[in-house]
Amino acid sequence: MDRNQMKQFIAKRVAQELKDGDVVNLGIGLPTAVANYVPEGIEVLFQSENGFIGLGPAPEEGKEDKDIVNAGGQYVTILPGGAFFDSATSFGIIRGGHVDITVLGALQVDEEGNLANWMIPGKMVPGMGGAMDLVVGAKKVIIAMEHTVKGNHKILKKCNLPLTAVKVVDMIITEMGVMEVTEGGLVLKEINPEYTVEQVQEATEAQLTIPEDLK
Amino acid sequence: MAKLVSIEEAINYIEDGMTIMVGGFLGCGTPHKLVDALVEKGVKNLTLICNDSGFEDFGVGKLVVNKQIKKLIASHIGTNRETGNQMNSGEMEVQLVPQGTLAEQVRAGGAGLGGFLTPTGLGTVVEEGKEKIEVNGKTYLLELPLRADVALILGHKVDKAGNIAYRGATRNFNTLMATAADRVIVEAENLVEVGELDPNHVVTPGLFVDYIVVGGDQ
Repeated sequence: MDRNQMKQFIAKRVAQELKDGDVVNLGIGLPTAVANYVPEGIEVLFQSENGFIGLGPAPEEGKEDKDIVNAGGQYVTILPGGAFFDSATSFGIIRGGHVDITVLGALQVDEEGNLANWMIPGKMVPGMGGAMDLVVGAKKVIIAMEHTVKGNHKILKKCNLPLTAVKVVDMIITEMGVMEVTEGGLVLKEINPEYTVEQVQEATEAQLTIPEDLK
Repeated sequence: MAKLVSIEEAINYIEDGMTIMVGGFLGCGTPHKLVDALVEKGVKNLTLICNDSGFEDFGVGKLVVNKQIKKLIASHIGTNRETGNQMNSGEMEVQLVPQGTLAEQVRAGGAGLGGFLTPTGLGTVVEEGKEKIEVNGKTYLLELPLRADVALILGHKVDKAGNIAYRGATRNFNTLMATAADRVIVEAENLVEVGELDPNHVVTPGLFVDYIVVGGDQ
């Protein structure tokens, strides 16, 4: 798989986690691609934290509307049944537990579900935007990312970059498989058959528990 | 009662060293004509409260590029390299705040609240220097309200009494900032007569607005 195929593969697997009626907030980058793979027969409502629900696909060329952009500033559309609101309402929705699933990328995740995805000391700091609120407030937090970065571990025993939030991650989905964060650490629930369990463990600093029913 | 003034007259209320709030999210819902007039006027040492620092050539980012900002309070600065440069060189102080906390701080500032308790930021650098309060066994951070001398906001349809209706995703921080500054200036994309706006569609009541300037669609 090249990197683009890898991202599509991960996004497709994340989409399998969506249930009919879910309110979903997707982060910028890889997570945005999840919207392309919503399973047939399932309707989900995408929330855009800059102020609406019912986020639709990018408009046709020439039909861009300066007042309808997503949280990344890109032109999008709003679907029938959608609604606009201000930022306090938007984050009331997020913090108040009205978002069922949020999908975000990560710099690091650890076996306790701690997440670091907003800054690297010494580099240009983009700011946390809405990420800290999203991971604290959403009912389920899914991290969608490549398993390693330039051969270095991202799934650690303990994050060493500045945290976005403490003990918030529920699930990690990478090109190698699906991991759940449990009280007892990370459980490898599914493995991509292109890899062996040994290869996945080698690419993961944290100890993975391998259940008998590994898919 | 809101008063219709020229952009120059409105901008005259902004002086060196003031704290200003500017609505918008990456330039969407930003009162661009007011920002441009502020760039032209060149007032310095401003404290800017805004969701983000826009882009170098779009939105409040122009104020950063023109070195008019002494302190920035925002949730995101990643789309404007100049903000990062001035932050790293120490020319500008940048206080990064989680977006939901920033929105609620402005809301609290306008609603007469002494602060609020949020779980966001616990266990991160955001909690540094803040009081932690436990309620019913759960720990929260005490976040304080934010207010400004002047707020610059954008309305899609504004009547001459200052009532505002918005369009699309432009509400963002505009509705909140309209409540949280000593002087509120709205840039009206469309100015209409009193009575032309259906009261059912008014989101910001005119009582919050001090000055109206005519903007016109970008």
